[in-house]
Amino acid sequence: MKTVVQEKKTRPNRLGIGGWFYGGKYGAERYIFVLHRLAGLGILLYFIIHIFVTGQKIHGKEAWNAAMSSVSGTWFHIGEYLVFAAIAFHGLNGIRLILAEFGLVLGKPKRPIYPYTTANMRIRVLTWSMMILAAILMLVGGYDFFLMH
Amino acid sequence: MRESTLWFWHLIAGIVIIFVLGIHIGVMHLDKIMQAIGIMSAGDVLSYADVLARAKTIAYLIIYLLLMWFALYHGFYGLRSMILEISMSKTAQAVVNWVIFLFGFGLAVYGTYAIIIGYTMANA
Amino acid sequence: MSETNESYKTNFAETKDIVFKIFRYDPDVNTEPHFDTFTVPVVKGWTVLDAVMHIKENMDSTVSYRASCRMGICGSCAMDINGKPRLACQTQVIAELQSDEVVIKPLANYPILRDIVPDLTPLIQNHEAVKPYIIRKDKEDQKNPKGELYQTPDELEEYLQFSYCIKCGACMAACPVVATDEEFPGPQALTQAYRYTIDTRDDGFMERIDSVDKTHGAWRCHFAGACSDACPKGVDPAFAIQLLKREITARKFGKKREPAPIAKQPVNVKRLESVPYPPEKTVK
Repeated sequence: MKTVVQEKKTRPNRLGIGGWFYGGKYGAERYIFVLHRLAGLGILLYFIIHIFVTGQKIHGKEAWNAAMSSVSGTWFHIGEYLVFAAIAFHGLNGIRLILAEFGLVLGKPKRPIYPYTTANMRIRVLTWSMMILAAILMLVGGYDFFLMH
Repeated sequence: MRESTLWFWHLIAGIVIIFVLGIHIGVMHLDKIMQAIGIMSAGDVLSYADVLARAKTIAYLIIYLLLMWFALYHGFYGLRSMILEISMSKTAQAVVNWVIFLFGFGLAVYGTYAIIIGYTMANA
Repeated sequence: MSETNESYKTNFAETKDIVFKIFRYDPDVNTEPHFDTFTVPVVKGWTVLDAVMHIKENMDSTVSYRASCRMGICGSCAMDINGKPRLACQTQVIAELQSDEVVIKPLANYPILRDIVPDLTPLIQNHEAVKPYIIRKDKEDQKNPKGELYQTPDELEEYLQFSYCIKCGACMAACPVVATDEEFPGPQALTQAYRYTIDTRDDGFMERIDSVDKTHGAWRCHFAGACSDACPKGVDPAFAIQLLKREITARKFGKKREPAPIAKQPVNVKRLESVPYPPEKTVK
């Protein structure tokens, strides 16, 4: 018997990179995931520049002062603060992620009885504590960055 | 090398960075608050004299080296994750792996050089 | 409005007109996808699947959808309803969605076969790749088991939650990493990998590890938790993947586990005459 294999006609529907940013109707962690990524990228970019700028100290006082004056000004100061805020968020959320990824805070599996709870819901106290801590750090940092300098 | 090894060090690096970067930010960026509550002595942390004074101590040498190495590893592993999550061919993935490794390694070499030269200069 | 609709209206006092926007795509016509709008008199208590069936029966017979059990068991009717992957048969239109407009799209991240029918082949392939079955070291014993295997109720609880998966694919449509990464096995497959790895009867960790501990393996999960929010059966894939990461890390650092032994056959026990013998095997 001859079997006829029909060619499957489909239309690709992967969301692509837009799918990272579209949080949909999911929990807060879905949005925290996107922010974590963006913050990480921002910090990395700053860090690479930071290595070259502070590396100028080995060329003597003039080079150092020139490097410092090239990255001063209001906009650089605001950018620096944004990096500080990103680090506060990324670091504290990172603590939550490390705890979760080593399976330390998530508890034990339990039978799914309606209404279902998820591990993310069970550690939401930790999640929000981390976010509040990050917000406090950002406020403290903002006080130092903008009111004391 | 299995991916779990790379990932494990990504997390370990994260833990190390939290402590070391905490010190670094406290000293360099929250300096006014630290000075106000009396943990640090007053002065401009960004003046060249202060930079050399810090670079002189062995504690800062270790802190800077640890911070730079672990932060570079953590950052570039994270960047690699993001890039590889965008689907691409095996060849492209290999290119991404090598470019990220060489770029990160180059930065680490330059940073280590700058920190060690800074240390010897300050102690000269 | 057709006669059937009128009879519905007379039979049930409470109906509410709700606009359904359904994704339409026909590969044979090869038109660009578009949305068709239907106004359905929804009776209180209807699920989205009821409404879609109503549309197919009374309004447009060319609307294609996939469903079979209508009771949240088979996992055929997962679709994107108002921006979230859900089982159409378990989603109440009036009580749950609370919206006058219902937008129905096929599950994201899968190729679209037609209208709201996704092609779940990637899900099945990923599921097969993690060897979702009990693997024993002794292959002869696996083929012709000599007896039952010991397992305590506590050991059962370790994996029971994750075995409720119905392969509907909602988690894969929710996952932000699956949205871009074609090689990522996805929450469904990784959850099943953990479900069998942690089963005390299983001894196949080393056979499963290559499909899980790779560049595009469990480590591409970043605990965004969307899969768990989307899961209609409470399986919590995000949780399982974190536990899988812990298990792989623990085994890397030398955690050893002996699989459950074969239960001892009872000796010197006489069978009660009232207990019937099992029927002959139908498949030899």
